[in-house]
Amino acid sequence: MIRLRATGLALVGLVAFLIVWEAAPRLDLVNPAFLPPPSTIPAALLKEIASGAWLVAVIESLSHYVIGLCVGAGAGMALGIVAGMFRSFENLTAWVVRLLRPIPGLAWVPFAIIWFGVEPRAAVFIIAIGVFWIVFFATQGAVRSVDRDLIEVAQAFGFRSPLARLAKIVLPAATPGILVGLRTALGQAWMAVVAAEIFGVPGIGSRMMQASSLLSTDIVVVYMLTMAALYGLFDTAFVALQGWLLRWRP
Amino acid sequence: MSPTTSAPIIDIEGLSLAYARDGRTNVILDKLDLAIPRGQFLVIVGESGVGKSTLLRVLIDLAKPSGGTVTVNVDPAIRTPMALVFQDARLLPWRRVLANVAFGLERLGMPKAERCARAEQMLSLVGLGDLGGRWPHQLSGGQRQRVALARALAVEPEVLLMDEPFSALDSFTREGLQDEVQRIQQKTAKTVLFVTHDIDEAVYLADRVVVLAGAPGRIAADVTIDQPRPRARRDAALVEAARQLRGELSRRSADL
Repeated sequence: MIRLRATGLALVGLVAFLIVWEAAPRLDLVNPAFLPPPSTIPAALLKEIASGAWLVAVIESLSHYVIGLCVGAGAGMALGIVAGMFRSFENLTAWVVRLLRPIPGLAWVPFAIIWFGVEPRAAVFIIAIGVFWIVFFATQGAVRSVDRDLIEVAQAFGFRSPLARLAKIVLPAATPGILVGLRTALGQAWMAVVAAEIFGVPGIGSRMMQASSLLSTDIVVVYMLTMAALYGLFDTAFVALQGWLLRWRP
Repeated sequence: MSPTTSAPIIDIEGLSLAYARDGRTNVILDKLDLAIPRGQFLVIVGESGVGKSTLLRVLIDLAKPSGGTVTVNVDPAIRTPMALVFQDARLLPWRRVLANVAFGLERLGMPKAERCARAEQMLSLVGLGDLGGRWPHQLSGGQRQRVALARALAVEPEVLLMDEPFSALDSFTREGLQDEVQRIQQKTAKTVLFVTHDIDEAVYLADRVVVLAGAPGRIAADVTIDQPRPRARRDAALVEAARQLRGELSRRSADL
């Protein structure tokens, strides 16, 4: 009952939002060329799909997203595990991490272009960097806080090598913490997709820039909503996966 | 009897353990000698801090002694001469009960089907045959400790080490598990080294009770409990043995 009411309220909020959005340009409170009313969006979407541009842009962006996410998250998990398991590695990298961590992903754009050109690889690189730090810190923290008592269980049963410790105890015990980091990274990577493509790598971001230079703001909105939908899809799938992986928790 | 089987299964000689902290040396164990015959149910009692748990941790190689020797007389082909049941069950929460029991077998190169079969068998032995598919958080404290016992038994250790395994349980559950351990030990004839601070538990279970007292811990009493099994809890001889041990313990504490 409470749940139903919450859903109802959420719906009311959304409708109110759409009404205000629709009214603003129609009542000439803002220039319709600067803010297209939502009623024009479905037509713009259909047109964009019919021209084939939508699907191409989505596929390109998705491939940057998925590859960048995998590379960044993979590297972040690997180094996070090593840093979490071995104090000496953590100490060795402590100052390098301090130096590099505050640099925003976008600050790497010049190097991305110099190293990779205006190519998909450049977008992948930007996305991977954005994801890397989130996953690295989440993994390191999760690995470091693994219950020592459980590691002792593994030792008492003869699993004494670092690799056995990792496979039998550390990785499963750190999974909840790592997944939290990955979920944050999932959202962060979408932001990086637009940023990485705005400088020209083909995809949703570059398509938005093209449209805005032609003042086709309805197309810009189409892609904004496309990203929101794709993110929602990924996040929902991720939450389902997370629930399955952590089904052992009370 | 051949010399190898009549020799103590564990022979501890001059065992010391000390560590330095804040510039001071803490001595936990000081030149401890203890020989444990094969098949004996040996219970070590003592107040907290006398090094009872430390002794078990040294035996299973979770702590390094600073001096002395531990000789374990088992066939060198046996890869798990000992297994430890911790005070808190320490099940792995991400594994189902059956996989928890099979945990130690994964190191022994045993095929999966065989591991499962052995784990099923051990679960039945501790009376939880039908709970293999549960997650640890779905079990009661007593059930969790039974699973921990099954996990230790699964690797077929020559010596079962138990570190105050029932101290966190309510008395009803504790008594049930004491009977269970006694039954299993009689059935498997394993050597058991059982640590507790509960004197009634000690005399009820033990063939022999060793009292550790003082800091560092030294053997203050070494008593054989010669009652036939199965035993009755209120058996007069056991009650008398417990009374004497209590006297011994308080006398030792007063001396220090």
